Amino acid sequence: MSKQHLLSLYAVNKPGVLMRIFQIFARRGYNVDSIVASPEMDGKYSRVTIAAQGDSANVGQIVDQLSKLIDVVHCEEHVGGRSIIKEMALVKVLLAPETRAELLQIVEHFKGKTVDITPTSVIIQVDGDTDKIDAMIGLLRQHQIVELVRSGKMLMARGETKT
Amino acid sequence: MTAAEALIKCLEKHGVEYIFGYSGGAAIPIFDAIITTGTKIELILVRHEQGATHMADGYARATGKPGVVLVTSGPGATNTITGLITAQMDSIPIIVLTGQTITPMLGKDAFQEADVFGISLPCVKHSYLVKNPKELTRAVNEAFHIATTGRPGPVLIDIPKDVSSAEGEYDIDAPLDIPGYSYPTHGDSKAIKAMAEKFKKAKKPLLLVGHGVIIAKAEKAILAMAEKINCPVVTTLLGKGAFPETHSLSLGMLGMHGTAYANLAVMDCDLILSIGSRWDDRIVGKLSEFCKDACKMHIDIDPAEHGKMVRPEIFVCGDARLVIEELNTHLNPVQNPTWVAACHGFKAKHPLKYDKIPGSLTQQEVLDTFYQVAGTAPIVSTDVGQHQMWAAQFILSDRGENWLSSGGAGTMGVGLPYAIGAAFGRKGEKSLAVVGDGGFQMTLCELATAAIHKLPVIVLVLNNSYLGMVRQWQELFYDDRLSGVDMVGNPDFVKLAEAYGIKAWKLEKSEDVADIMKQALDYKGGPCLIEAVCSKTDNVYPMIPSGATYDKMIIEAPKTKTKYEKPAGST
Repeated sequence: MSKQHLLSLYAVNKPGVLMRIFQIFARRGYNVDSIVASPEMDGKYSRVTIAAQGDSANVGQIVDQLSKLIDVVHCEEHVGGRSIIKEMALVKVLLAPETRAELLQIVEHFKGKTVDITPTSVIIQVDGDTDKIDAMIGLLRQHQIVELVRSGKMLMARGETKT
Repeated sequence: MTAAEALIKCLEKHGVEYIFGYSGGAAIPIFDAIITTGTKIELILVRHEQGATHMADGYARATGKPGVVLVTSGPGATNTITGLITAQMDSIPIIVLTGQTITPMLGKDAFQEADVFGISLPCVKHSYLVKNPKELTRAVNEAFHIATTGRPGPVLIDIPKDVSSAEGEYDIDAPLDIPGYSYPTHGDSKAIKAMAEKFKKAKKPLLLVGHGVIIAKAEKAILAMAEKINCPVVTTLLGKGAFPETHSLSLGMLGMHGTAYANLAVMDCDLILSIGSRWDDRIVGKLSEFCKDACKMHIDIDPAEHGKMVRPEIFVCGDARLVIEELNTHLNPVQNPTWVAACHGFKAKHPLKYDKIPGSLTQQEVLDTFYQVAGTAPIVSTDVGQHQMWAAQFILSDRGENWLSSGGAGTMGVGLPYAIGAAFGRKGEKSLAVVGDGGFQMTLCELATAAIHKLPVIVLVLNNSYLGMVRQWQELFYDDRLSGVDMVGNPDFVKLAEAYGIKAWKLEKSEDVADIMKQALDYKGGPCLIEAVCSKTDNVYPMIPSGATYDKMIIEAPKTKTKYEKPAGST
């Protein structure tokens, strides 16, 4: 069965690490939906969150192969509610005077922000769970979305558990 | 001191005896350092970079020590890719040092620039592009550690010319900094105990011995275990020799072209324990049906092998020697006479055999005669194809380091360079390169390397003027439509050898086989070559068609022309 899997990695922050990681997915027919990678603390290590679509029967093998990479310290698949998962989106929508009020109402409802506004356009920033962002984008589709950027999922394990 | 000189000092520290190399512009500072440091490491100048990687690989297989390769940038580096994947697939420790353009020119399509770091990524255990001269010795120390520990594999270090030339002070003992790397040693004691319990319940147990046993030096522990509980043993192609094939409990190689008796035992067993084998597709055939009702267990040092193919009831992640030694303490001696007798019965009923063809030589009789004359002493390397399978069947081995063959990658052309690498690693011992006329022509330029160093290598060219294994498939599964397999235009291999100053014999008659083998084994003048002109259309049996279940095994050549279904598995 093919579905989206969410993996977090803790890796040495070195050139080529992402190439090694992506090859593991590509070789096994997985399509990476999103990746968030950034240096952590002193910059020696990176946190990487990857959302990828593929055959669930292979995900254990992918985690094992990722863990085996010399530069990867550890790798986990996250399932269930044991982690906080958030993402952010920027949406550029064209404005018409008669739709402006409704648009701003949608933004307010989803606790978004307008981070840029001109007489003809607005950029909306929103963060939160994927479902919430999907819902807001769904409503905004009634207006004219011209650009959409999503950060991809960021993840952290709850409590004192290591991500 | 230059970084290149520090590199050579570092290689000395790691006990390197030989560098298999081919020079070129971007690597000149490193080749220069071999002279300026006055090192005792011997540079072996090969004739093609691919040959260098296979020699280092053969050296590693025959000695258990890592092999070292030094080549230049661009095409020099890309020519090592086949050698890297061959070593990667078979878990062989080699270190490949590649020259690279100067760092300011990286990514600017400089002369002989290739992104070898990127190109080689899927073919290595790990790799480095060293941009800071101070980091070079650390990379080398890490490379040796990574290549030789856990599940071994190739490591590549790409070294820009300005890095290798840089003058400075270098720390030969630069400490390792690989926080993401660890490997298991002792397995989980509870799981090992559980394995022992399974053995106590089993009536028809079988050990499946793979290459990991040789890498872990677990041969003695396996022998002790098999003898203690009277458990028959089958080996993979690369596990050949890890359990002495001359032992009464040995059933030889299993799988696609394994012995019928090994495969019948696999079909009949009620427990199978794989030790250092990865349940390769040549072994399992149709995965869902493989040993369907037997208890399957697995010992491997690589956690990613757990459940990759077969899903075992118990998996122990650890060093094969340590795990088996611990397992042995939980096992009580068992006689197991019924099962052992059944396996001996399989052997008596379906021995390996071949028919002599009047007026023509068969590859089997050449290899069988070699074994009768030479026994298990010589190091034997092979290429890939029919001759490889026949060599595996008829030349018995009682030592893993004596059997050098490309299993996972199935790389044609390794036979001669493997024998050369082994001859360097084990001075004074004879090595036999069993090669076909196809594979031999891929790397035959290395005859020069063998001749220069007067290595005691016997090259046995089994010449059937075909790419025989593919021809066999086309005959059996593609209505005998032969496509791309006729080696018309082969040279006279005897004259070819003589052109390199190498003694050679042409072997055409059955009655001459033993005599020429003896002459070759006694020859003291360096390398020699035997061209055996063999039957063109012989097929390898037994055969389990790729992807098929074990009960589809074709034990011997059918008496009449038989049409088979196209195999479901790959190649």
